[in-house]
Formats: sequence, structure tokens, C-alpha cells
Amino acid sequence: MVTTTSQHISQQFENELQDVRSRVLAMGGLVEQQVHNAMEALIKGEPDIAREVIAYDDEVNSLEVSIDEECIQIIALRQPTAGDLRLVSGILKTITDLERIGDESVRIARMALNLSEKDRPKHNYRELQAMGNHVRGMLRDALDAFARFDVDMALRVAKEDREVDAEYEAILRQLMTYMMEDTRAVTRVIDMMWSARSLERIGDHANNICEHIIYLVEGKDVRHLSIEKAEQVIKGQLIE
Amino acid sequence: MEAVKEQKNVSRGIDIESMQRGPRVNLDNETLCLEVKDFNLFYGDKQALHNINMQIPKNRVTAFIGPSGCGKSTLLRCFNRMNDLIDSVRMEGQLLLDDMDINSPSVNVADLRRQVGMVFQKPNPFPKSIYENVAYGLRLQGVNDRSTLDKVVEKSLKGAALWDEVKDRLHESAMGMSGGQQQRLVIARAIAIEPEVLLLDEPASALDPLSTLKIEELIYELKEKYTIVIVTHNMQQAARVSDYTAFMYMGELIEFGATDELFTNPNKKQTEDYITGRYG
Repeated sequence: MVTTTSQHISQQFENELQDVRSRVLAMGGLVEQQVHNAMEALIKGEPDIAREVIAYDDEVNSLEVSIDEECIQIIALRQPTAGDLRLVSGILKTITDLERIGDESVRIARMALNLSEKDRPKHNYRELQAMGNHVRGMLRDALDAFARFDVDMALRVAKEDREVDAEYEAILRQLMTYMMEDTRAVTRVIDMMWSARSLERIGDHANNICEHIIYLVEGKDVRHLSIEKAEQVIKGQLIE
Repeated sequence: MEAVKEQKNVSRGIDIESMQRGPRVNLDNETLCLEVKDFNLFYGDKQALHNINMQIPKNRVTAFIGPSGCGKSTLLRCFNRMNDLIDSVRMEGQLLLDDMDINSPSVNVADLRRQVGMVFQKPNPFPKSIYENVAYGLRLQGVNDRSTLDKVVEKSLKGAALWDEVKDRLHESAMGMSGGQQQRLVIARAIAIEPEVLLLDEPASALDPLSTLKIEELIYELKEKYTIVIVTHNMQQAARVSDYTAFMYMGELIEFGATDELFTNPNKKQTEDYITGRYG
């Protein structure tokens, strides 16, 4: 297991792995902030915050590129095996998901910019706010699970994704009612729909990150499995 | 649903099944070649191998890895009774080659070594011509017919991927060859007598990277005809050439399994620590 307590004989290699891990967490922190700010911009109608989110996307992208490079270097120079190999491959996949979460934040920020120019509805985007909080919680827990190699936590986050999907369905239904009630609201509601869609995607990416964590810790591939099956595979009751 | 899927695949001309890859090897589907049963080995009072149990499948490459002194070479040498030469050695348990007890008094050691060939770390060609090196085993068996020898020498050198390099100087001394060529010559010598098993003890550790790759390529080709057991300190090499890997530590077999699995997701922490270069 990756969580093995023993140290590499090569301190240099140990440092390289620690370094790349902490850079993933830093990237995760930045992305979490991006989601938070994008939602803030949307809910409060703050165009400045929205523009900030759009500008910071470059940082997220360049972090992805440089962590990617670092991983490729490790593979080329250290030829990692077993847990180390799974860690590096898990990181390569995790940063792809983080980068995409960054992109979704930018999408939400763009919608926030559009919406900031329009009348604000009475309900003040309450349903999006709730979904946003939920998704941000998932992302935070996924990153925590990554920091601690915590498989149980990763599974819990994966379970949350189903609830987020249900929330998304409910919001869509609600937004359709708005459109039918008041056709003048259609453009605004469409922007809201795109935002909800982005939040739902962020939930999916957090879920993916959890699958990478399970693979890198347990060496078991639980992608495309139901939560129940994934749990059985982890406990060794089911062969992948 | 299945019917729809099937139709789709046909209409697009894509054979999805052929794109799927299962595990490369599976011990359950193998024919057994060598078997080690409750095997212990002592050098005087010191126990070097502790209760080893292992099944080595036919026509596969099995690698023994582990730190120096873990007993991997000792075990390898048991398969063709090289340890008979050491007086203080005592063994318990069984080593079976196709159900025949290797250590049984009725076994003729010379016959056994014809069945189980061995190649060592340092190439050890005889100070004779390339041709005579390969023909040596057959001459010992009393084969002296020129055309038979010619055929076997050519076939063996081709089998060892050496023929094209030496075919014009077969009667020159083997000592003038490069290290990598000498090692392949030794392998040609070993396969000339058509053994069943080839034991390779660090066959590439004294060679440069390109010669190493040639030996590895050769191992890959040879497993079609022979069962190969290789001891190596180079873990990437074990990972590249072998189908199965045995990890040994302090005279014990810690883990034995398909190489793909062992190098990506080992079962034992000791294995993980060793292959990832950690200390416990």
C-alpha cells in the first residue's frame, strides 16, 4: 500500500514524491478557491470576483502542466513501481480532473458576469447556492481524502455524488417551471442552467478524484462500478 | 440491449472484444514444470532456505528477486544440483521436475543437467572456437557426425540470436568475442543439447545496456521452447522479461505471483518495500 510507513532508501526520491504530492494539494486548494469565488460572484452578483476567477484560470493551467512534467520526470528517472507507480499515475489523473474543475469554475464565473447585468430574482439563486455548497464540500473532502490517503472518506464522497445528481435534476425541473411561468426570464434561466450543469460536472470530477485515490491506495480499479460494488471490490469480496 | 450492441458493432465493423485485454497470465491455466515442496536447505548449521513452496510453470519465464543473500541463487542452483559440490549442504523436502524427484539417488546428475541447463553471471566460453563451444555438449554425448553438428550449431546460434554476427568466423576463438556475444554463445551452448529448463543466474549483469536488451529479447523468444528461471538484481529487468516473479527475503519466499500484478499491486508490505526501494 502507498500508505506504507517505511521511507525510501533514496531520500531524493522520497522528497520528489512528497513535493509532487504537496503541489497537487496546493493546486487543489487553488481550485477549491476558484469554485468558492465563482459561486460568490454568481450569488452576490459581483462581476469583479467573476473576472478574478477567469484571470486565475491561467494559474490552474500552468500548475497542471508543471505537475504533469514532474510526474513524467519521475517515471523517466526513477521508474517507480507498485504504490509509487500508482501514486504517480493517480496524480496524473487527479490533476486532469482538478484542471477541469477549474474550467467549470470559469464557466460559472462567465454566467455570473452575464447575470450581474440582469435583474436579480427574489429567491437570490438559493437553489444554486445549496448545490454549490454541497459540491464544494465534496471537493474539499476529496482533497482531504487525497492528503490522508483515506479510502473510507473517498467512498463517502463518491456516495455524495448521487445526491448532487438528484439535486441537479430537481433544479432543472424548477428552472423549467420558471421559464414557463415567465418567458422574459428565459435568458437568465438558461445561464442558471449552465451554472447548475457546471456544478454537477464538478461533483463528477470530485467523484473521479476519489476513484483515483482508491486505486492509488488499494490498487483496485473501481471506475464505472456502482458504490455498492466498489465497496465489495475494496473489501476483496468481489474480483474487479 | 445485447442484440442492439451486437448489431452496432457489426455495422461499424469494430470488433470490441478483440480490444479487451485480460490479465496476461494466470497460474490456474499453466502446466507445471518445476515444483518446490516444503524445501529447506542448510549450509552446515546455518539454514539458508526456509520451507519454500513454489510451482514454476512450463514455457514461462519466472524471475527470482530479492536482496543479496536472500537465497535466490541457492534455490536456483538446487534445480540442477549444483549444490552437490558443496560438502556441508543438507536439504529437506522435495524438488520435482515433471514429477521426478531431482534429489533422488536414482537420478543421474549428468542427465539432469542435460535437462536443466545453466548460464552464469560471467560468460564462461571454453578457450576453443565458436563452433566447438556450441558443439561441445553434443561431442560429450558422442555425436561426431559433421553434418549433424553443423545443423545443431547453426540452429543453436540462430536460437541465441548470434548466427548473423558470427557465421563468417565460426572457427575463430570464442575468447575474441564481446561480453554480450560471449553470453549469447554460452546460451547457444546451453540450448544445443535441447534442455527442458534454462536457469539463468544474473545473465546480463556484466553486460552493457544494448547487450542486455539483446539477452532480454532472446529470453522472450526462448520461452516458446524452454522453461526459464532467472535470478536478477535488476528489478526492471525482472519486470520486463518475466511472466511470474518470486520475491525472496532472508531465505523465505515472501510472495509469488504474476509479474504484472506483483509490480503494480503486491500483496505483502515487504515486497512493496523492496521493489519501491524502501526500508521497513
